[in-house]
Amino acid sequence: MKKRHSGLIDFFALYLPLGVILLFLLFPFYWTFVTSIKPKSELYGSVVTYWPQNVVFDSYHKLFVDFNFIKPMGNSLLVAGVTTLVSLLVSMLAAYAFSRFRFPGRKIFMIMFLTNNMFPTVLLLIPLYSIMRSMGILYTPIALILSYTTFTIPFSVWLLNGYLNDLPKSLEEAAMVDGASRSQAFLRIIFPVLIPCLVATGAYIFMTSWNEYTFAVLFTNETSRTIPVALKNLIGQLGVQWDLLTAGGIITIIPVCIMFFFAQKRLVAGLTAGAVKG
Amino acid sequence: MKKEKLYIWPYLLIAPALFIVAAVVFVPVANAILMSFQSYDLRRPREIVFIGLANYIEVFHDPIFWGSLLRTALWVIFGVGFQFLFGFILANFLNKSFKGRGIIRSVSLIPWVTPGVLIGLMWRWIYDGSYGVLNDLLKKVGLIDMPIPFLAQESTVMPSVIVTIIWQGIPFFALMLLAGLQGVPAELYEAADIDGANGAQKLFRITIPSIKNTIFVTTLLRIIWVANSVDVIFSMTGGGPAYASQTLSVYIFNKANSLNLGYSSTMSLLLTLLLLVVAVPYLKSMFRNQEG
Repeated sequence: MKKRHSGLIDFFALYLPLGVILLFLLFPFYWTFVTSIKPKSELYGSVVTYWPQNVVFDSYHKLFVDFNFIKPMGNSLLVAGVTTLVSLLVSMLAAYAFSRFRFPGRKIFMIMFLTNNMFPTVLLLIPLYSIMRSMGILYTPIALILSYTTFTIPFSVWLLNGYLNDLPKSLEEAAMVDGASRSQAFLRIIFPVLIPCLVATGAYIFMTSWNEYTFAVLFTNETSRTIPVALKNLIGQLGVQWDLLTAGGIITIIPVCIMFFFAQKRLVAGLTAGAVKG
Repeated sequence: MKKEKLYIWPYLLIAPALFIVAAVVFVPVANAILMSFQSYDLRRPREIVFIGLANYIEVFHDPIFWGSLLRTALWVIFGVGFQFLFGFILANFLNKSFKGRGIIRSVSLIPWVTPGVLIGLMWRWIYDGSYGVLNDLLKKVGLIDMPIPFLAQESTVMPSVIVTIIWQGIPFFALMLLAGLQGVPAELYEAADIDGANGAQKLFRITIPSIKNTIFVTTLLRIIWVANSVDVIFSMTGGGPAYASQTLSVYIFNKANSLNLGYSSTMSLLLTLLLLVVAVPYLKSMFRNQEG
C-alpha cells in the first residue's frame, strides 16, 4: 500500500508536475477555442487577450453560412460512416477466422494484414491515385472509403481477434453440441457479447477516417472534400482567417471527443493488450 | 478438440478483408515499384517510358533528398525520444491513485484523437510571429524583446515542428506505458522498499525491466508513424522555409502533388526499405506476443 504523504509533498511530487504536463497538452485546445470566440478586432489587436473582452460567435455563423461548412461535414460523415460499417464487417469475419480456426496459411495471412500498416502512406498514395483515376472513382466518396477501409482493417482485425480470444470457445461449442450451426452459434452467442468491442473498434475506425488528410486532399475535389481538407483550404482562399479556422477546428474535434470518451475503456484495453504481454 | 471438416470456412471468412487489402495495398506497391523505373510524370503523360535505374541515380544525386533524409532522422530521434520521455513521466503519474485520475487520464488523451492537420494549424497559430500566444508569453516573462517568427526562419522551424509532434505523441506513449505499469506486481516494489532501495534503483531495476517489451513495441510503432507523418508539417509549413522543415515523407508528398509520380515512387520505396529495419522487429514481436 501507498505511504501517506503530507499534502505539501503530494503537491510538489504529483500535482505540480502533472499540472504542467496537462497544461502543455490542453492549452492548445483552450487557445483554439478562445480564438474562435474573439471578435476580429481583438484577434488582430496589439494586445493578446487570454479571455475575449467580447465573446462573439460570428466565426461559427460565417463558417456555416458563407463557407458552407456543413457540406464537408456531411462528406466526412458519409465517408467515415460507410468506412466504419464496411471495415467492421470484413474485419469481424477475418478476426473470427483467425481466432477460432487453425488452418494452413493462418500465420502468413495474419502477417500480411499487419504488414499493410507498415507501408508509408505516401508510397500507396501515388499508385492509388493513378489506379483510381483510370477506374473513374477518383473524387468520389468511394475512393476514400476504399482507402480508409484498407488502412483500418489491420488494426481492427487485430483488436477484434484479441477480444475474441478472450471469449471462451466453450460458449459456441455448447451451442453447436445442441445442434446449432456455426453461423447460428456466432450470431446468437458470440455477436451479442462482442457488441461493446465492436463499438470500440468502430470508434477507432470512425476517428481514423474522420481525421485523415493526406489521402483526402488528393482523392477529393470541391464537391467531395472532407473536413480536414476543408480546414486546410480555409487558408488558401483569403490569407489565414484564424477565427474561422479555429471555429472549424473546434467543430471537427467535438464528435471525435464524444466518441472517444464512450469507447476509450475498451479501445485502450484492446490497443495495449498486444504490446503489454510478454 | 473436434476437427473442423470443412477447411474452406476460414478462407471464406478472410477473403473479403484480404481482397480489399490486396487491391488497395499490394497492387499499388507493385505498381509503385514499376513506376520507380519509369519517367512517370503526369505533366508529360505522353513521355512515360521505362528508364531503368535513372530515377534511383537521380535520387542519390539529389541534395534535397539527402537533406530531407537528415531532417527525417532529427524528426524521428528528437520527436519519438521526447514523446517517450514525457509519456513515461505522465504514465508514472497516472499510475498513482489520486482524486480525479480517471477524468485526467481521458482528457490527456485528446491530442491523440485530434486530426493531424488541425494539430498543425493550432500550433501554427500559437507560433505566429505577429499575434502568436507563444511570443506574447515569452515577452511577458521577459525572455525576449522582439517576437520570433518561429516558423518563418530556418534556424527555429525544425525545433518548432518537433515540439508539435512531441505534443501529439505523448498521450499514446503514456497510454501504452501506463498499461505496462499496471501489470507490474506491487509486491516487487514492496520487497524493494524493505530492502531499502531508493527511487532511482526502483526505476532502473524494477519499472523499466518490467515494461521493457511495452517500451520496445510502442517505440517501434511510433517511429514508423512519425517517420511517415505528413499532415502536421505540411499544414504548419509545407516543408519551408526553403526546405528547412521538409522531411522525406513531406518531400515525397510535395513531389506527388506536383505530379512527378515516378520520382516520388522511387523515394517512397527507399523510405519503405529504411523503415523495414524498424518494421521487421515490430512485426516479429507483435506476432510472438499474440501467439504466446
